[in-house]
Amino acid sequence: MSPPAQSNTPIALGTRGLSKAFGSLPVARDIAINLPVGARYALIGPNGAGKTTLINLMTGMLTPNAGQIFLAGEDITALGPQERVRRGLARTFQINTLFAGLNALEAVTLAVTERRGRAGRFWRGVGSDSETIDEAYEILRKLKLGDSCYQITRELPYGRQRLLEIALALATRPKVLLLDEPAAGVPPEESGEVFEAVAGLSDDLTLLFIEHDMHVVFRFASHIIVLVGGAIFTEGTPAEISADPGVREVYLGKRKHG
Amino acid sequence: MRASAATMTPQGYLQAQSRWHPLEIAFWLATLLPFVLFPDYLSLASQIAITALFALSLDIILGYAGIVSLGHAAFFGIGAYSAGLLSKYGWGEPLTGLVVATAIAGLVGFAVSFVIARFRHFTLIMITLGLGLLAFEAANRAHWLTGGSDGLQGVSMWPVLGLFKFDLYGYTAYTYSLAVLFVVFLGARRLINSPLGLALRGIRENWVRMPAIGADSQAHIRKAYTIAAAMAGLAGALLAQTTESVSLESISFQRSADVLVMLVLGGAGRLYGGLIGAIIFMVARDQFSGIAPQYWYFWIGVLLVAVVMVLPNGILGGLSHFYARWRGK
Repeated sequence: MSPPAQSNTPIALGTRGLSKAFGSLPVARDIAINLPVGARYALIGPNGAGKTTLINLMTGMLTPNAGQIFLAGEDITALGPQERVRRGLARTFQINTLFAGLNALEAVTLAVTERRGRAGRFWRGVGSDSETIDEAYEILRKLKLGDSCYQITRELPYGRQRLLEIALALATRPKVLLLDEPAAGVPPEESGEVFEAVAGLSDDLTLLFIEHDMHVVFRFASHIIVLVGGAIFTEGTPAEISADPGVREVYLGKRKHG
Repeated sequence: MRASAATMTPQGYLQAQSRWHPLEIAFWLATLLPFVLFPDYLSLASQIAITALFALSLDIILGYAGIVSLGHAAFFGIGAYSAGLLSKYGWGEPLTGLVVATAIAGLVGFAVSFVIARFRHFTLIMITLGLGLLAFEAANRAHWLTGGSDGLQGVSMWPVLGLFKFDLYGYTAYTYSLAVLFVVFLGARRLINSPLGLALRGIRENWVRMPAIGADSQAHIRKAYTIAAAMAGLAGALLAQTTESVSLESISFQRSADVLVMLVLGGAGRLYGGLIGAIIFMVARDQFSGIAPQYWYFWIGVLLVAVVMVLPNGILGGLSHFYARWRGK
């Protein structure tokens, strides 16, 4: 079984009939999404539309009531979160979910060690694995975190913590990366920096990001999905979405959030 | 350390984390002082070394991985009874006795770890407390095997390596306990600086993020818990062999609580936290019980409250804080 494909581009991540309710409150309703390989998708919608819930469902942090999730055509609905990460589906968090007491180098080294399947080793020092450390440092350097990699995470400036969120996800070497408001809480003049880092990621990487700032969305997304009340309201190219009167009404017309 | 970090390569930095500090060498040299300064207290010194080993084992799961345990004495007791019974029923060779007792405690720890790894926080406190009480009552009821509240009698050890008999002054006992403590400490130190040690700190720092970086936290916890249980069993076996008896106290809730107090006093999540805590606790107990045999726990209580209020990260946490501030000036 594989999800219905719309074009010739292979689908990196797809969902079919994905539904979830918290008690009597539906938070995801019959969601069908297909992310083509290498796509840059934005997921937008008013607060409470179920955007983060959708990411939680895709990454296995929530279990759906119905529907399936496919990664590269393979049904991963029954797999646990860490299994999905190992198959190339990574995410970042809207609220910093970092290792507060570790420094950036230790944190990313940990993530690389996990991916390489070496984290269970207890007879050799972390410092002896130069391959792993070099890879971790390279990820940090690309995100301009090289200079502050010895600083304890909780003491890092907030914007750098947001970048570390991305660095940790990249250390898992994802094929698909889901970014939950990567610049959340970053002052507007600095949020460009975070998105420049996102834009600089490899073209092979399939991206889906949640973002409230429409300027950012239109600048970085090739395709936009509008979520309202847990269901897909509409989707299309940035031009189509900005011209859609319905979207204007439910979302664009309203005041932007924080 | 931070000042020089700028000039270091990332690998050099991580290697420096596991390098021996001069204070560590001083600490281990100081452990030899009782032979010279307090030859009358070698039995106490031996018990301190054993307790320190026990505290070190708890530090690996509680201090580093943040896995709470209120029943850690179960493994200490299993090790103690295993070693004691082995000797009682005819095999008094100490080193093989240690190996057998450690293996048994480790096996039980491995079995229990499948339950432990699934839970956190309050649930885990209740589960470990329950398992600890279970182990205590099992030892109490199995009077035919353990001697129950009368203690296990008839333990008689052969000389260590066939050469050194356990003497009344505790000379052999302390040498033996200290040597085992040092060897196991080297292993624990290696573990803490290993990828698994880093993963355990990751679990402590953020339980939610671990699966999101593809980590199997439960597998890490099972491994660490098994190792910690084996170490606790080893400590228990040492006590059984050096005192040539096993009391019910060795598997009691009191012992689980005491070791927790030591770790908090010394500083959890630091390699020397349990060691320093054990020294302070045991010496304080010895001194306070000399002053007021009935009420010595009163003073331990005062000490605990005072340390936790003034130094929330334990004595070592406080010292390293002041040291960092002093270096920063």
